[in-house]
Amino acid sequence: MPKRTDLSHILVIGSGPIVIGQAAEFDYSGTQACRVLREEGFRVSLVNSNPATIMTDPEFADSTYLEPVTPEFLEQVIATERPDALLATLGGQTALNAAVELDRRGVLERYGVELIGADIEAIQRGEDRQKFKDIVRAVGGDVPRSAVCQTMDEVRECVAEIGLPVVIRPAYTMGGRGSGMAHTPEDLERMAAYGLSESPVCEVLVEESVLGWKEYELELMRDYRDNVVVVCSIENVDAMGVHTGDSVTVAPSMTLTDREYQQMRDVGIDVLREVGVDTGGCNIQFAFHPDTGRMVVIEMNPRVSRSSALASKATGFPIAKIAAKLAIGYSLDEITNDITGETPASFEPTLDYVVVKTPRFAFEKFPGADPELTTTMKSVGEAMAVGRSFVEALGKALRSMETRSLGFWTQPDPEGETVESALDALRTPHDGRLYTVERALRLGATVEQVCEASWIDPWFVDQILSLVELRAEITEAAVLDEALLRRAKRFGVSDRQIAALRPELAGEDGVRTLRHRLGVRPVFKTVDTCAAEFAARTPYHYSAYESDPAAETEVVAQRDRPKAIILGSGPNRIGQGIEFDYSCVHATLALREAGYETVMVNCNPETVSTDYDTSDRLYFEPLTFEDVLEVVHAEQESGTVGAVIVQLGGQTPLSLSRRLAAAGVPIVGTSPEAIHLAEDRGAFGDVLGAAGLPAPRYGTATSFEGAKLVAEEIGYPVLVRPSYVLGGRGMEIVYDTEHLASYITRATEVSPEHPVLVDRFLDDAIEIDVDALFDGEELYLGGVMEHIEEAGIHSGDSSCALPPITLGKADIERVRASTEAIARGVGVRGLLNVQYALAGDVLYVLEANPRASRTAPFVSKATGIPLAKAAALIMTGASIKELRARGVLRATGDGGTLPPDAPVAVKEAVLPFHRFRTPEGHGVDSLLSPEMKSTGEVMGVDAAFGMAFAKSQVAAYGPLPTSGTVFVSVANRDKRALIFPVKRLADLGFEILATSGTAEVLRRNGVPCAEVRKYSDDTGTTSGARGPGEPTIVDIILDGGVDMIINTPYGNSGPRIDGYEIRTAAVARNVPCITTVQGAAAAVHGIEASIRGDIGVRSLQQLHAAMAPAGDS
Amino acid sequence: MTRQATDTYRVNAGDRAPAALVLEDGAVYRGLSYGAQGTAFGEVVFCTGMTGYQETLTDPSYHKQIVVQTAPQIGNTGWNDEDDESSRIWVAGYVVREPARIPSNWRSRRPLQEELARQGVVGIAQVDTRTLTRHIREHGAMRAGVFSGDGLATTDEMVARVADSPSMAGADLAGEVTTSAPYVVPAEGEARFRVAAIDLGIKSNTPRMMSARGMEVHVLPATATMADVRAIEPDGVFLSNGPGDPATTAHATALTREVLDRKLPLFGICFGNQILGRALGLDTYKMRYGHRGMNIPVMDTATRRIAITAQNHGFALEGEPGARFTSPYGAATISHYCPNDDTVEGVRCHDVPAFAVQYHPEAAAGPHDAAILFDEFVALMEDAR
Repeated sequence: MPKRTDLSHILVIGSGPIVIGQAAEFDYSGTQACRVLREEGFRVSLVNSNPATIMTDPEFADSTYLEPVTPEFLEQVIATERPDALLATLGGQTALNAAVELDRRGVLERYGVELIGADIEAIQRGEDRQKFKDIVRAVGGDVPRSAVCQTMDEVRECVAEIGLPVVIRPAYTMGGRGSGMAHTPEDLERMAAYGLSESPVCEVLVEESVLGWKEYELELMRDYRDNVVVVCSIENVDAMGVHTGDSVTVAPSMTLTDREYQQMRDVGIDVLREVGVDTGGCNIQFAFHPDTGRMVVIEMNPRVSRSSALASKATGFPIAKIAAKLAIGYSLDEITNDITGETPASFEPTLDYVVVKTPRFAFEKFPGADPELTTTMKSVGEAMAVGRSFVEALGKALRSMETRSLGFWTQPDPEGETVESALDALRTPHDGRLYTVERALRLGATVEQVCEASWIDPWFVDQILSLVELRAEITEAAVLDEALLRRAKRFGVSDRQIAALRPELAGEDGVRTLRHRLGVRPVFKTVDTCAAEFAARTPYHYSAYESDPAAETEVVAQRDRPKAIILGSGPNRIGQGIEFDYSCVHATLALREAGYETVMVNCNPETVSTDYDTSDRLYFEPLTFEDVLEVVHAEQESGTVGAVIVQLGGQTPLSLSRRLAAAGVPIVGTSPEAIHLAEDRGAFGDVLGAAGLPAPRYGTATSFEGAKLVAEEIGYPVLVRPSYVLGGRGMEIVYDTEHLASYITRATEVSPEHPVLVDRFLDDAIEIDVDALFDGEELYLGGVMEHIEEAGIHSGDSSCALPPITLGKADIERVRASTEAIARGVGVRGLLNVQYALAGDVLYVLEANPRASRTAPFVSKATGIPLAKAAALIMTGASIKELRARGVLRATGDGGTLPPDAPVAVKEAVLPFHRFRTPEGHGVDSLLSPEMKSTGEVMGVDAAFGMAFAKSQVAAYGPLPTSGTVFVSVANRDKRALIFPVKRLADLGFEILATSGTAEVLRRNGVPCAEVRKYSDDTGTTSGARGPGEPTIVDIILDGGVDMIINTPYGNSGPRIDGYEIRTAAVARNVPCITTVQGAAAAVHGIEASIRGDIGVRSLQQLHAAMAPAGDS
Repeated sequence: MTRQATDTYRVNAGDRAPAALVLEDGAVYRGLSYGAQGTAFGEVVFCTGMTGYQETLTDPSYHKQIVVQTAPQIGNTGWNDEDDESSRIWVAGYVVREPARIPSNWRSRRPLQEELARQGVVGIAQVDTRTLTRHIREHGAMRAGVFSGDGLATTDEMVARVADSPSMAGADLAGEVTTSAPYVVPAEGEARFRVAAIDLGIKSNTPRMMSARGMEVHVLPATATMADVRAIEPDGVFLSNGPGDPATTAHATALTREVLDRKLPLFGICFGNQILGRALGLDTYKMRYGHRGMNIPVMDTATRRIAITAQNHGFALEGEPGARFTSPYGAATISHYCPNDDTVEGVRCHDVPAFAVQYHPEAAAGPHDAAILFDEFVALMEDAR
């Protein structure tokens, strides 16, 4: 059948903010879907609250709604847009849940909207554990054995049959309370008894443990004709027990025979059919017992998933794009495989390379969080690497991570490690586990010992052993000759790793010089879906080293157009996420239009930038100096490299700029020297001094004594941090000497080669964030954002409003003048982000970043100004004047001169606290600080601040309450400021609960409130009339008796334990918890707007049209 | 749970002897010896399957071929006692990129290279198999030789020796791979049908799948006559896969005509498809580089449904997808084709009970999508009763 002709307008739902487990991959899939649907002539409406996405760019849909992905807002969009159909399988679990809820509420039926690409009942069959198990058994598959037990006798009987260990899961407890794994009969007695008592219905599920089994995934697709293909198999190096998102994974599967692989494929296809996934993609997980080969089905996702994005990048088979085509009525054989351009999509990709994915963690951001890897996903990003062997791909993946270790041997071994201690460490899955495997083997552990301790398959362990053997050869060889060097490179070993083993080679540069002299360079192969059976039309390349010096490189010469190479941002991590990918994608679109052949280099499989049709050429490569240099070389061999862009991918490419420039790479835009001017405190201080701009007083120190002197001189509180950081890594506000001492002890581990910076911390300042363009002549303000939280909370975690809500025209003009002075002083060509603090009417400059900022996409969405596109054009020589004339930028005015009735956009950060637990099982503190912790962001936009803020809260955390109980407990200094907002809440009918001190102040000011016991009162002295035994505020929150919390802690002086317990209880119960005065005032605005009920929806296209000055097109 | 390496046999790549793969057009690929050392000649072909090297190596259809594995890591699951598709390894030579140092699989009995050496299969490793595959894709499958140990010589000498080796076009190889004597594979459970299977290079899994469907399979040598077939009193006749040029099999084609004359239900696979096609008056031709893999789509023109199939053929039938034609045995249709290149993947007769496919419903190795064809054979035999 050709595409459906009965539909003309399709609503696509995105996945909302980036959170752990649901990240940029859904921007990739949603963007593909929007592209496909529009190419096919459909009108596309889109809802997604995440402004950092490509899919929410106004040109990717006909109507784009940056509104919360909730049934209420979706219904409003449906009522406004009246689409014929809804596509929800490409927006992760968020979109799928929203679609199920819209169906349940009858919204789809009421508005005559057909759900395409999914079937509600199939979704439920796939997600209901018991139903799913029954389906697997019905098709002849196997599942972990289990039984529902109501007595201890039943539990014992069940375990007698299935054997230990078992997993105990009490029925109907929240957040998995009472569940765990019983390894011994004693464990079983204790845990099952506890589980039965915890379960309100006195029921536990006892399930056979598959911990340590081999773990696999299949990515499948089905069309309406019931054609099914397996796109990719993925094998987890980490065995069952580690979430697949946290595992090192390999594609294709490495240790299955055809018989077992086909068994998995057969069961997978049967399950897919029986569940009834109509059309589209799905992911099924399997476990194999390593000794018996018994195969069980674990679970399925009836939608495009994180693994689908990985599988798409790993194979060149674009799952999301094809899922969208299947949803509108195509069958697989009617869709052409883009890569070959000839063969149809009704085939299974075959790989002649190996793909390794490694997870990126952020435990350093959450001190106290338990770093053990479990079945709860904790990683915040991932890198993928492609090589011609497992070890080659592994080496590339490890050096893509941008962690301290850039592959084996690049960091000193831990002191005092022994075979025993290394093997012991391997028993607990942890970040960097393969490094431990390598050290254990090097210390003399056998493959068998490592396998026994880690449950990693011997084949993988032996592969790492081959690296240990290679290391010995490299270390012991008299000279590094061509043969050995070539062999090392074939094993994925970087110049830097070799340099670490051979100090006499004068570092990485020495190794490279030697390597180039010996003619050892990589070849570039192609990801082509078919192992070279057919010619590939799509230049999707990866580097590899072959033994044969005459091995073929597949980069095709192109000498008609100059090339622009854009360096991406690498794995997502806190502080460097999808926002940078957004800017890179825009650069490629703009430069392609400007006549360049665009070349993308990146290693993040979740992103739009690594989609093979985003740029003219794609290199899936680590963003290290060595790898980038080889790509540049390959492109220079095949044409003319006109521009290399390092400014848009965040700190990762920026940090390469000096060395690349020194190696003769033509970096465009802000020069490496200028970048240094902005990043080096001393040099930047000179720039500010010359321009007469004030900055908070600061000093640098290399020791505690030095830091103490500086702090005393400029006065506490001070902000301390290591130099050269992104995302506020290691940054803290310090209030006294004792605190400073403890910081220095911890921070010197962060970055030993850089000194510590001590800055005056500006209390009560308004923080302002500015994104601007500068071409050497003219400054173009993109947007001026006012932070809602005061200075001191990392800008990435802070919510902000654009246009600024309390700044006047004069303030903005002051910001403009300062920004221009900095741009000129530093020598910016392209984007510049400056952070200011307005305190006591002085505009202090906090920092300047001569690159695309995290806020660039938000600003573009809020103002309609294509900042990243314009920046790319400026970097390659266009002037702002020209861009104004060409209509890329507005002819008159800029983001600083928005019309007075411009809508207000609010950005809110989304935080991952609920993902982390301390080793003792408590929550981690959710307090915001100068260290960035958020994983993503949302945008709320409306006519006025209150409504926009309310939307941002709904999108990030769920709706603000419109009635109920508010608990207030604030630091002394905030009490005065909070009287009015709290009084307003009381007037709106909220019941107010407060701890004693806060209650006293509120009552004296005529705000009625009830007093509750603090958490710390529980065991301490009684407070007032309230005796022990009465519930504390933490109990009340956990019992659901509070609808919103206002809790402002203050440095070291507040009741810290109380605050921590309150905030973690709020996280556990998902109660809105506001930790700043400004946030509270904003929340009250939002609540008022919600009560009025006048929050509507407007598309970005309408908003942007309304913002354009009269006479502008 | 213990997880033990099944073997500690490790070979360090650096210890291996040099080897060379030489193509008749003069292309030389250097690598290291893998398996046995010596010299081997054959037609160099690439196989894109990512699993199932054991089945591939023991598939008689690969007789006299040097197989290049495009999957880069080979030998990971070792060699087991269950997955052989015949009594021996048939490939003439074996070309891989990255051999496993140890096998890891609960069924593995020994490393692959040990089995290759034991059976005297000359292999070469560390070849840039992608460059080689692209060469074969562009220039076609051709004669080649693997040289190692004493076999190594100057490039000119090696090229000359390749030029002297026999060509695949015109090669009649069925006689070399067929069983020497008839044997019977009993039906699982009650024997509902008796099938005469002509062994032109049959794989073990074919009788196994027939047996599972209640067929008692009498496997006959390629030289079997109609009298031999009739002596069994079969409900149906099966033409197996096998190596070589279908144009050389006058005997099998004649036998097939006799089966068609008698309207005995007939099912053919791969080589069997080419023979049925020739019996129906179609021509065969040598493809540039053939279909060898496990990911190949086949379209059934009647249902418009796709099966993902295992394939291994270098010759194909002439014909247009879906075309209906008149044969000496009445109307027939090109029932299946490959949407990658529109080659013929199956023929079906309308006036006699006969059909055949170019791909492998018995899989092993490969996907099981087409297994249903054995049920169709059952239906054909039921209808004929």
